[in-house]
Amino acid sequence: MADDAAVPTATASPAPSSGPAAGTTPQGRPAAGRPAGGRRAADSTLRKRLEIAFFVTPALAMLAVFVVWPILTAVQMSAYRWNGRGPMEDFVGIGNYVSVLTDDVFLDSLLNNLFIVAASIAIQLPLGLAIALLLNRKMWGQGALRTIIFVPYVLAEVVAGVIWFQLLQPQYGLLDTLISAVGLEPPAQGWLGDVDLALWTVMGILTWKFIGLAVILFLAGLQGVPEELYEAAQLDGASWWQVQRKITIPLLGPTIRTWAFLSMIGSLQLFDMVWILTKGGPANATSTMAIFLVNEGTRSNNFGIAGAASVVLFVIALVMAVLYQRLFLSRDAKGVA
Amino acid sequence: MTTSTQTPAAPTTAVRRRRRGSAGRFQGGNPVVYAVAFVVVCATLGPVVYGVLGGFRSNAQLAESPASLPDPWVVSNYTGVVTNPDFWQYTLNSVVVAVVTTALVVVFGVMAAYPLARYAFKGREVLFMVFVAGLLFPATVAVVPLFILLTQNFGLGNTWWGVALPQAAFALPMTVVILRPFLQALPKELEEAAQLDGTSRIGFFWRILLPLSGPGMVTVGVLAFVGSWNAYLLPLLLLQGDMKTLPLGVADFSSEHSSDTAGVFAFTTLAMIPALVFFLAMQKRIVNGLQGAVKG
Repeated sequence: MADDAAVPTATASPAPSSGPAAGTTPQGRPAAGRPAGGRRAADSTLRKRLEIAFFVTPALAMLAVFVVWPILTAVQMSAYRWNGRGPMEDFVGIGNYVSVLTDDVFLDSLLNNLFIVAASIAIQLPLGLAIALLLNRKMWGQGALRTIIFVPYVLAEVVAGVIWFQLLQPQYGLLDTLISAVGLEPPAQGWLGDVDLALWTVMGILTWKFIGLAVILFLAGLQGVPEELYEAAQLDGASWWQVQRKITIPLLGPTIRTWAFLSMIGSLQLFDMVWILTKGGPANATSTMAIFLVNEGTRSNNFGIAGAASVVLFVIALVMAVLYQRLFLSRDAKGVA
Repeated sequence: MTTSTQTPAAPTTAVRRRRRGSAGRFQGGNPVVYAVAFVVVCATLGPVVYGVLGGFRSNAQLAESPASLPDPWVVSNYTGVVTNPDFWQYTLNSVVVAVVTTALVVVFGVMAAYPLARYAFKGREVLFMVFVAGLLFPATVAVVPLFILLTQNFGLGNTWWGVALPQAAFALPMTVVILRPFLQALPKELEEAAQLDGTSRIGFFWRILLPLSGPGMVTVGVLAFVGSWNAYLLPLLLLQGDMKTLPLGVADFSSEHSSDTAGVFAFTTLAMIPALVFFLAMQKRIVNGLQGAVKG
């Protein structure tokens, strides 16, 4: 896709080099006659380089200082036992990594993250698809519906978490009251206090919060499916379900795969909602890697451990992203280009 | 696989005669569809509406019967929040941090995207890949070392800039990835015409490209603003006291006044309403941006 669009730019740009600093490019060179992959270096005058540097430097500097430097700092921290004050002196090599990877709390957190990655996709994909397919038809109030389903997504996780925390208060919260009213027994320790239920409860709230993103993206993808396909299928006597299964869902493939990628990366970083609802408890049942590294870092001043956990999280996210890219997304890129 | 090969073929055969659902899509007056839609709406809005209404009730009402409407309607929870100076301080902090973040993202993002979109030079794709790779660095990974660097090395510990600068940095890769195709799509005739008139490339950037790329900048700006407004983790580590943003304020209020459920609902509602109104007004932009990200 990017290369596609790059061609006109490449052929258009020889002309501007007739500016003051131009010397290498003959002015009368026909703009369209040059092969796109040709000797671009010849065009790079000093002035042009300065312009490029002027435009790109602020963004690159920001990335270097606030993204790359902290991550390198995490790597550095991970090699020391360090309480966050004074110089890092107590070098422990891979000691912190051994501690992290043998720490039950971290391993529980990692498993919780992986559970949330898998459950998010397993729950939200069919549900989001079902809602999107149902809403993708001419019906009264469709615009309002699309807006409404988007509301939880635009709320801050903190706001959503605080509201749900109140709704789920044991006994006198709304949910437990309703459950008792119909004669059922709500969980004795509350939805978020029960070791077996807490993670599922968090998962339910996450579904509520993020299903809107799936639906909105799927609906937008459905808009791209040409009307003619539906008409043709209808003429051929296909049922609604057959049309969805054979035409709509396959055409939605790229959208679904990219959504799943976003969902995966988000799930690996989960922090806000859990911090508000449970702080990772009870007994680390809802802890995530992000909760772990914040607890170790800023709460317990084990910055070496926090650094090692950050690096481990980074590697896991990177490996999953690259694997996913290789397995699914690259196919789409080829298809689109 | 058939999916990807069909996608590009489809638009070429479809000669853009979209008869808006006149005969096309399977028509929906189906009661089942409306029933499902109703359930979805209730499940989606239920908790939010409950929170808003809960703010109009007293704690006694909430305890007595959690599931009924306010009776009588109580406004003291809301007036209590509105007259709480902390609330306005948090709001101010949130606004400033979000505006600074958005400004940095939009200005630096469009600057970086311009040469990547419209200059031909060696290493352009490599440079672009630097930004794409930036997408793979989750902010969570960097948050603890960022806390150390910002407080100890940069002296930005409890400041607006300390939150806005890293937030902008982490939003830049996505911004560049969304903006580049946007700038590439502007017709090259514009650039040629500008050159004939003797405009330099920088002049072209300022006088023609920037005004024309308004919609793209609004999209990335809205996304940056949303991200900043809702952000919690970095502000949690960096900001204390008077510098806190609204999400921190909401979380604090809810844990400090945990027995005052109605007050918590009122505070939370007032914290979300301005954002909600703004975001819903900008909904199309947000969706466009997310789709742009999907395509990018």
